[in-house]
Amino acid sequence: MSMLQVSVYRYNPETDSAPYMQEFQVDTQGRDLMVLNVLSMIKEQDSSMAYRRSCREGVCGSDGMNMNGKNGLACITPLSEVIKKGKLVLRPLPGLPVIRDLVVDMGVFYEQFERIQPYLQNDEPEPAIERLQSPEDRDKLDGLYECILCACCSTACPSFWWNPDKFVGPAGLLQAYRFLADSRDTATRERLADLEDPFSVFRCRGIMNCVAVCPKGLNPTRAIGKIREMLLANAT
Amino acid sequence: MSSMRSLTFDAIIIGGGGSGLRAALELAKSGKKTAVLSKVFPTRSHTVSAQGGITCAIASADPNDDWRWHMYDTVKGGDYITDQEAAEYMCSEGPKAVFELEHMGLPFSRFDNGRIYQRPFGGQSKDFGKGGQAARTCAAADRTGHALLHTLYQNNLKNNTTFLNEWYAVDLVKNANGDVVGCIAMDIETGEVVHVKAKATVLATGGAGRIYASTTNALINTGDGIGMTLRAGFPMQDMEMWQFHPTGIYGAGVLVTEGCRGEGGYLVNKDGERFMERYAPNAKDLAGRDVVARSMVLEILEGRGCGENGDHVYLKLDHLGEDVLGKRLPGIVELSKTFAQVDPAKEPIPVVPTCHYMMGGIPTNVHGQAISQDADGNDQLVNGLFACGEAACVSVHGANRLGGNSLLDLVVFGRAAGMYIESALNEGVEYLEATDSDVEFAMSRINRWDESSGGESVPALKAELQDIMQNAFGVFRQEDNMQEGVKKLSELRERISNAHLGDKSRAFNTARVEALELDNLMEVAEATAISALERKESRGAHSRYDYPDRDDVNWLKHSLYFPVEKKLGKRDVNFTPKTVDTFEPKVRTY
Repeated sequence: MSMLQVSVYRYNPETDSAPYMQEFQVDTQGRDLMVLNVLSMIKEQDSSMAYRRSCREGVCGSDGMNMNGKNGLACITPLSEVIKKGKLVLRPLPGLPVIRDLVVDMGVFYEQFERIQPYLQNDEPEPAIERLQSPEDRDKLDGLYECILCACCSTACPSFWWNPDKFVGPAGLLQAYRFLADSRDTATRERLADLEDPFSVFRCRGIMNCVAVCPKGLNPTRAIGKIREMLLANAT
Repeated sequence: MSSMRSLTFDAIIIGGGGSGLRAALELAKSGKKTAVLSKVFPTRSHTVSAQGGITCAIASADPNDDWRWHMYDTVKGGDYITDQEAAEYMCSEGPKAVFELEHMGLPFSRFDNGRIYQRPFGGQSKDFGKGGQAARTCAAADRTGHALLHTLYQNNLKNNTTFLNEWYAVDLVKNANGDVVGCIAMDIETGEVVHVKAKATVLATGGAGRIYASTTNALINTGDGIGMTLRAGFPMQDMEMWQFHPTGIYGAGVLVTEGCRGEGGYLVNKDGERFMERYAPNAKDLAGRDVVARSMVLEILEGRGCGENGDHVYLKLDHLGEDVLGKRLPGIVELSKTFAQVDPAKEPIPVVPTCHYMMGGIPTNVHGQAISQDADGNDQLVNGLFACGEAACVSVHGANRLGGNSLLDLVVFGRAAGMYIESALNEGVEYLEATDSDVEFAMSRINRWDESSGGESVPALKAELQDIMQNAFGVFRQEDNMQEGVKKLSELRERISNAHLGDKSRAFNTARVEALELDNLMEVAEATAISALERKESRGAHSRYDYPDRDDVNWLKHSLYFPVEKKLGKRDVNFTPKTVDTFEPKVRTY
């Protein structure tokens, strides 16, 4: 037996007046499990434990949570990477309303994503085949299109905590730049105009928590820098 | 009953993966009152995990490519129980559907001339098998499913599709005439159960790989649409046909794309031998998936497996170099480091055949209309019920799906279902309203769980079901094992019908969702088991020790599983494509 002590944030709106931390002992048999495996073992002990999960391989973005103080995906975070002093503490992503246990209400996060019009806009007639794009132009989308909307970045961002309604946040801005950078998109002017207020982009203070936590290794801060450059170039 | 809220739509699409979103897009553009109801936020659907690409004759890698060659490969790949009219439709409409995706913004990889990048995949040929290996799979690196699903979701946002996200469809509602007129669904966040009324109910609920202990499938792939349809009394087609993907990561089950072999990777046994050269001298590692999976299992059974227990083989990629791996297979590098602790640029990846795809499903025509059979064995359409994507069996995959054909299936038949429903709605369809007792009937299952007061727990029963399926209905099958499996499943069904839901709370109760999913896994498992036991031949993915040969005299047919009688019937395969000559069954070699 090698018991791991896990402390989990619990809250059921029907029965709890306030959230609390609950302790579990999980027998890992010394294996370097993923945090998601540990959660499913906890759910076998207590079926009322609520969390989201789907692909269990780090591509669907369901199981973003805060593990020993750092946001990440439970399914691709091995215990060896996250355990501190023999203990695992699991909390919901910070800054969003909690629906139950580790499940947060992602409404405001999705609203900011939708706000940047996250779809290709091209006002030219569609050709009979695909629109051509050079490999070099396509390369500009690498590091942008891979976002899985897990919200690890935006919920690690102090600027987003303060102004989730006005600051688009790192995930939304990464997608904003994904379309600004696409040689096939013709709405650059409108996209920039929509972002040039003091909050949408400029509330980013370059703290770079987003870069530190992104489970896909993406760099929203760099994308935000590029948008700033485009906004400034546009203004002059 | 009067206290239950109802929602009314022209069409309700259950499932927010590739086929559901493609159908929804078509209907949203038409202005019909449509909603997508999905148990997860749409971009969490399993389409997101598709890696290697979407196979389609867009004539980019080869300007002379021809959709008929693709159709030939598809029919041969399916071991000749592919419906040829459906394969013809998919392969000929395919280019249009792929170009649409590109116009929507899908970030395909590119060739130097700016056209969409295409890579070789298994079972692909030029000139009807006579012209050597083709490169027909359009790719966005090795994240094509992710790129496709996000693109479709984005375009649904653009077209203001209504989403009921994190809603769980429980059961279909049928009226007195047996027409499907909507469903019962639960808003997971609040636990509220709602009657959803619709003139068209589209099941785009995906696969059910979670009936097996080892699968590449997401945890959400529990065959919900299959379970709902079987409980409503409608038949399932070719449920014995399950694809075992050759390269699941040993131990973890995570998929490693066939694109690895398309880019030049190959499998080796413990002696370092490239053993596929023996089993498939021409196509080698790019033979059909069923052929490669069987060869791997034979290598392991004959003592040439790798590792301490000799229970897997290796996928060798290091010779491709870091450039190709970084550019074409970046996701695979990530996954092998995470789940196999292996850097494929330096060491081979340990792999084993792993349950991957359900070729069978709800029988449909090319418009997505669900099909049942009358007493005389004639096809009979089920009013109001549609299916597309993996949940459907149209059947373009026959007894074995070719790599890259699933994504094409999603968009072509999602689109086709959307277009058909739009025109049907325009013509005006009206069905009898469901009565209170019809609705009450559809509520009986969720009521049973909510009233359960003791019994076994859901996770333990699920694990037992998965073990039964893994042991008796895997890559190779035989009568006595399967009979034992069918018997165990029948006992398990009884135990599940008395199982206990411990947590009865309302808000985001995932235990309730998992209990409801278990019923669906049970339905899929039993349909699979009985179909596999009764198909007494070997064809495509269905391989029997006791009937090692294909039997075209008796089994050049679809199987049709009837849930009420738990009996297997047969249905004719379509051999009448509209614009090309029939591809006659031949011995299938690679």
